[in-house]
Amino acid sequence: MATAGEVLRRNVPESFELSEKELHVLAVDDSIIDRKVIEKLLKISCCKVTAVESGTRALQYLGLDGEKKSSVGFDGMKVNLIITDYSMPGMTGYELLKKIKESSAFREVPVVIMSSENILTRIDRCLEEGAEEFIVKPVKLSDVNRLKNFMMGGERKEKGVKKVQKRPLQVDYNNSSSAPSPLPQLSPSFACNLASLHSSPSSSPSSPLPRCASKRPRLHSMD
Amino acid sequence: MERNNIRRQVALMRQSLFTQGYLDEQFVQLEELQDDTNPNFVEEIATLYYRDSCRSLQTIEKSLEKTPHDFNKLDNHMHQFKGSSSSIGAKKVKAECQQFREYCRAGNGEGCMRTFQLLKKEHATLKKKLEAYFQMARQAGPIETASRPK
Repeated sequence: MATAGEVLRRNVPESFELSEKELHVLAVDDSIIDRKVIEKLLKISCCKVTAVESGTRALQYLGLDGEKKSSVGFDGMKVNLIITDYSMPGMTGYELLKKIKESSAFREVPVVIMSSENILTRIDRCLEEGAEEFIVKPVKLSDVNRLKNFMMGGERKEKGVKKVQKRPLQVDYNNSSSAPSPLPQLSPSFACNLASLHSSPSSSPSSPLPRCASKRPRLHSMD
Repeated sequence: MERNNIRRQVALMRQSLFTQGYLDEQFVQLEELQDDTNPNFVEEIATLYYRDSCRSLQTIEKSLEKTPHDFNKLDNHMHQFKGSSSSIGAKKVKAECQQFREYCRAGNGEGCMRTFQLLKKEHATLKKKLEAYFQMARQAGPIETASRPK
């Protein structure tokens, strides 16, 4: 039996489907180790990743380095999230954040700042400038999961798809001639706020997030 | 079975790296990122770290040789180095980095130089231990094979 989530996916526009399946994250960090780690963390969480080493490169990728462009990255992929280190030589993460928020093409893209230093004034500055979140390094899988959950929720609200609150009706309406389908449908005649007399045995309102292969067990467990 | 023996040794080595304070929770985070598509992820990160950090240490060493000390610059370099060390879970190395930065902020050149020597030692010790650990882990093979009953 199909879940509400699967039906959702069938009925909604393609752009939503793509963003539900794979977020594209632009990661910015001058440390090659941190870049590798964040890349892996994001890939394991089913995100597409583009990792660059500086704010300047990030702006180039986004096409904000003076040349014109649209809201897609230099290789044509829409960027759903930008995650950047704070302390970088040349352009800091804060400066990058400001440039992104100043651009018409990218100001809606959430920006997350990472820093190894837990400095309150720094955090405040970034949040005031429009950063979505401030993560203290080293970044963990739980941080990425939280970001991803936030992104998924954000995308849904953006596209105007509401969570299904009620079960569809099992009784006939004037405009519905066919027998009620066993699957929950999102057609307009069965609006969410209609009272349901029967609850169908279908699944919970919100669809589960797409999951990647789960983490494999630790390489060397203790006996 | 020989493999079980090796497996036991690997587990013990790993455990001691934690109990003796060489590694912290972040190393475990890296292990959890290892999967079939990237079975040597942790070792790759460690290798990358050592390649990268050796260069950083040389830069810091050169800076330390110049007097008067540019504490700001030294602190910045060390901040970066501390970051990488923290990312792989190098606990003792990280502690020395922190100490070094504190001496920088206090403008204590002697303290910096002393701490730097300790830092290099910890850095080298961890490298040897990790190399031995990874080598043994490779011999032990993937965990599924090892746990097959005989």
